[in-house]
Amino acid sequence: MDIFLQQIINGLVLGSMYALIALGYTMVYGIINLINFAHGEVLMVGALTSWTIIGLMQSALPGTAGWVILLVSLLIAFVVCGSLNFVIEKVAYRPLRNAPKLAPLITAIGMSLLLQTLAMIIWKPNYKSYPTLLPSEPYEFAGAVITVTQIFILGATAVSLAVLMWLVHYTRLGRAMRATAENPRVAALMGVRPDTVISATFVIGALLAALAGVMYASNYGTAQHAMGFLPGLKAFTAAVFGGIGNLGGAVLGGILLGLIESIGAGYIGPLTGGVLGSQYSDIFAFIVLIFVLTLRPSGLLGERVADRA
Amino acid sequence: MKQNKLITFLLVAAALLVLPLLLQQGGNAWVRIVDMALLYVLLALGLNIVVGYAGLLDLGYVAFFAVGAYLAALLGSPHLAEAFPFIAENFPNGLHLPIWLTIPLAAALAGLFGIMLGAPTLKLRGDYLAIVTLGFGEIIRVFLNNLDRPINITNGPKGIDRIDAITFFGFDLGKDHTFLGITFNSVSMYYYLFLALVIVSVVICHRLENSRIGRAWMAIREDEIAAKAMGINTRNLKLLAFGMGATFGGVSGAMFAAFQGFVSPESFSLMESVMIVAMVVLGGIGYLPGVILGALLLAALPEVLRHLAGPLQTMTDGRLDAAILRQLLIALAMITIMLMRPRGLWPSPEHGKSLDKPAKNGEPTA
Repeated sequence: MDIFLQQIINGLVLGSMYALIALGYTMVYGIINLINFAHGEVLMVGALTSWTIIGLMQSALPGTAGWVILLVSLLIAFVVCGSLNFVIEKVAYRPLRNAPKLAPLITAIGMSLLLQTLAMIIWKPNYKSYPTLLPSEPYEFAGAVITVTQIFILGATAVSLAVLMWLVHYTRLGRAMRATAENPRVAALMGVRPDTVISATFVIGALLAALAGVMYASNYGTAQHAMGFLPGLKAFTAAVFGGIGNLGGAVLGGILLGLIESIGAGYIGPLTGGVLGSQYSDIFAFIVLIFVLTLRPSGLLGERVADRA
Repeated sequence: MKQNKLITFLLVAAALLVLPLLLQQGGNAWVRIVDMALLYVLLALGLNIVVGYAGLLDLGYVAFFAVGAYLAALLGSPHLAEAFPFIAENFPNGLHLPIWLTIPLAAALAGLFGIMLGAPTLKLRGDYLAIVTLGFGEIIRVFLNNLDRPINITNGPKGIDRIDAITFFGFDLGKDHTFLGITFNSVSMYYYLFLALVIVSVVICHRLENSRIGRAWMAIREDEIAAKAMGINTRNLKLLAFGMGATFGGVSGAMFAAFQGFVSPESFSLMESVMIVAMVVLGGIGYLPGVILGALLLAALPEVLRHLAGPLQTMTDGRLDAAILRQLLIALAMITIMLMRPRGLWPSPEHGKSLDKPAKNGEPTA
């Protein structure tokens, strides 16, 4: 039972990171129907920026409390990633708003490759150990263990989800975003500026990705230029799983995916008598996805939309 | 006019035939680059059937390449005999099937995988299809990586080596040959083989494009519901597109295995799939000259530039090493080409018009 509980906790932690990243994908997709392939790389830039800041602060101001350093590095990562995604949208996606559907997808892939390469040049390609800034003694909890970092991840996810939901449903900007997602031309007639709204969406997505990146790095203790790829891929899967374009769906998809992955990884070995090991955990996500999409072609919470050719 | 065309044709043909002999002088590495570029042309032509003609975005195409490569590797190397005693009893040196069996088998198996992937995804719309195909590609790669136990089939991350070179009736492409006093080395022989395959594929694709099947695919691409209403069996045709595309991937995979003599899961990452999609789209989706141009450009140009960029490397104290530089160039090329020519470098003059029409409700089709 305690193993089960442990896998649930790990799954929730993993799932909440997926959820944060998936929100970025799904918001962008909801508004401009683009799979923003570079989103995982924004996460990576966030994590590596915070790693640099932490290193600088630890050498310049020794003795500062761990959580202060983490907070400052997080804030700087927010600024860097927000501006980065703003620029990416402006340079690579905006000029192609009315181009054939696959053109922005290719620039997105190119952007992802470019960011990875630049990160390799700036930060060198080796793995960096990401320091543990929060207290490292774990808490015992009904036979399972949970670290302070994991509690921080769960808490920060809950808070940012609440803020995001408030932003989207109760503010002017949120209303403008929903209107633009529904129909940009009519929204523009009502006085909404689609360009501003789209930029804002990219910036918000980048903030969530930066947060997820710092979480990911602190949870696993490493950061590297290619670290954004896998979580980005999984989060995108989560967004599709939940029904792409749907905020609640992204959260649900992310958390379910995290749970499936960690429970699957924990039990597949014993269940198959050791034939399949946890190295297959990366593909559970896809196998479940294929099954779900065969039964519900628009994802769990996605609306059935007519084909728009 | 007609004579001009004939002259151009002859000139191009002559240039293509002499090319490896000229490149050979500068070292085999150059011929190798061209060989790989030709393999990528084959892959891009295959993917073009799925993405360009039928309009189904496939982000896991490299899986079929992998299937073909591993099949050729297993049938053409001593690995199976080493792993399974009962095979070793019957074939002590490994199976070493002839190329005439390996290629059709690779084509058939990859085609089967294509249909296997197509069947559950028939109902999915564009981007959902993209993620499922992407997942399929990853599943294949993870299996290749881990099927070294409990039974050693793929030899895991170490890959399979000592794969036979291609042999036609005792004519071994893995060795140098001399005709009329000119020495053709192995890589040049492969060049001619791949060139021949590319030409055959171009003819097949061209004939497909103008056939009933090709027109049906394009109808599905433009508007699936309308195509259905016109009596097109969309289910079978989509499956056919997946199967045909996969067949091309399987054949080029078998070629790749024989050419390299070694396969490992590393060669079949998601990045490869993405690169093949990029080749098709950058060149001009659904248009054969464009697709070929895109494949040659993305496969060969970065390699060529990387060979020329040695000084840059020393200038930046090794930070810009060859692999990084190549990636940087590919990334920049993808972004700038798309920004300047959203429909590709050499877009189709007539097809694909509806791809850039503004969507209904004035929604941007970004």
